[in-house]
Amino acid sequence: MNFNKQLKDGLIYQNPVLVQVLGMCSTMAITTSVSNGLGMGLSVLVILTLSNIFISLLRKIIPNEVRIACYIVVIAGFVTIVDLCLQAFVPAIANSLGVFIPLIVVNCIILGRAEAFASKNSVAASAVDGICQGIGYTVVLLILSAFRELLGAGTLLGVQIMPSSYVPAGMLTLPVGGFLCLGTLIAIMQWALARSEKKNAEKKETEGK
Amino acid sequence: MSVTKLLAISLGAILTNNFIFSQFLGICPFLGVSKKSDTAIGMGLAVTFVMGLASAFCYGVNIILVKLGLDYMQTVAFILVVASLVQFIEMFLKKSMPTLYTALGVYLPLITTNCAVLGVVLLNVQNDYNFIESVVYGITGGLGFLLAIYLFSTVRERLEFADYPKAFEGFPIALITAGLIALAFMGFSGLQVWPM
Repeated sequence: MNFNKQLKDGLIYQNPVLVQVLGMCSTMAITTSVSNGLGMGLSVLVILTLSNIFISLLRKIIPNEVRIACYIVVIAGFVTIVDLCLQAFVPAIANSLGVFIPLIVVNCIILGRAEAFASKNSVAASAVDGICQGIGYTVVLLILSAFRELLGAGTLLGVQIMPSSYVPAGMLTLPVGGFLCLGTLIAIMQWALARSEKKNAEKKETEGK
Repeated sequence: MSVTKLLAISLGAILTNNFIFSQFLGICPFLGVSKKSDTAIGMGLAVTFVMGLASAFCYGVNIILVKLGLDYMQTVAFILVVASLVQFIEMFLKKSMPTLYTALGVYLPLITTNCAVLGVVLLNVQNDYNFIESVVYGITGGLGFLLAIYLFSTVRERLEFADYPKAFEGFPIALITAGLIALAFMGFSGLQVWPM
């Protein structure tokens, strides 16, 4: 098992949001403030890891025909647990995330990893995969929400950062800003990946000579 | 219950609080199935149908859950209702309308994981809507989705001939386009139905 490689995949080459383009709804909807982004990212990280472990444990028992339904029930169970915990310990975040916490059930990242990874790999590998993909998701949420909160409201985690003369670009915290920021971020990612690929190809070519 | 309230709910679901452009529900199929306008319409109609039915069924399920004191099981129960509903519709279409079934193809089972469907059901409970209001909200929410995905697909068909930086190919340009449409939809934000 190669932890480094899986972490790199989760963060960059197979990033759930930027490369696999999964879980768009929550990504755009809740990245209006850093605290929301962090809360959502960590919740998904926990649920993803737990459901990956569980589904990997059950992978030989679950019949192939009804596997999606089984996965959904497992995921929904963990989501309910996390939902109740959030409501009990951090009610403010639970309130502002609102309906998007129960909607983690239908977040394609979790079902996607269950289907693509956990149903075929060992428990330990699935757990690592869940953690790495969860970290990749959280990092993207943090980048997006920091950008949107800083420029859209002039604050970070609720603390005023920008000078008081700064006029916040309120558009960024509106839905429009979500679409535009995420689009640009994915574009930057594609540009960077294409560039590094080109560099690698050139390197190989010169080595070949 | 007044007709005005129903009108207000419909107006909100279709225009001012459009599921795609202001609530971010159902983005995955919105981006995935909008390359051609005819499949987009098929998907939109299917989603509308499922959303209406799911709202009706889950209203009943919720009453039972509350009676038993099991409301914390809502998420699990609702997703099961939605999943079995989609499965049922799939079997029904396969038997009675095979043409529509083949046209929808892989997108039909995908409706299960469409957050707009589960979202509308959860919002119904959160907003304390009664039976008729829930169904109206479900159907008009679906119509809002249909409108959004159709508009988006027509723009996207033209994008194929557009000239944009190579890094924006695929999803980024689609997201930017959606953002611009969302900006246009913000124009509706002042609209409301006055109580008579």
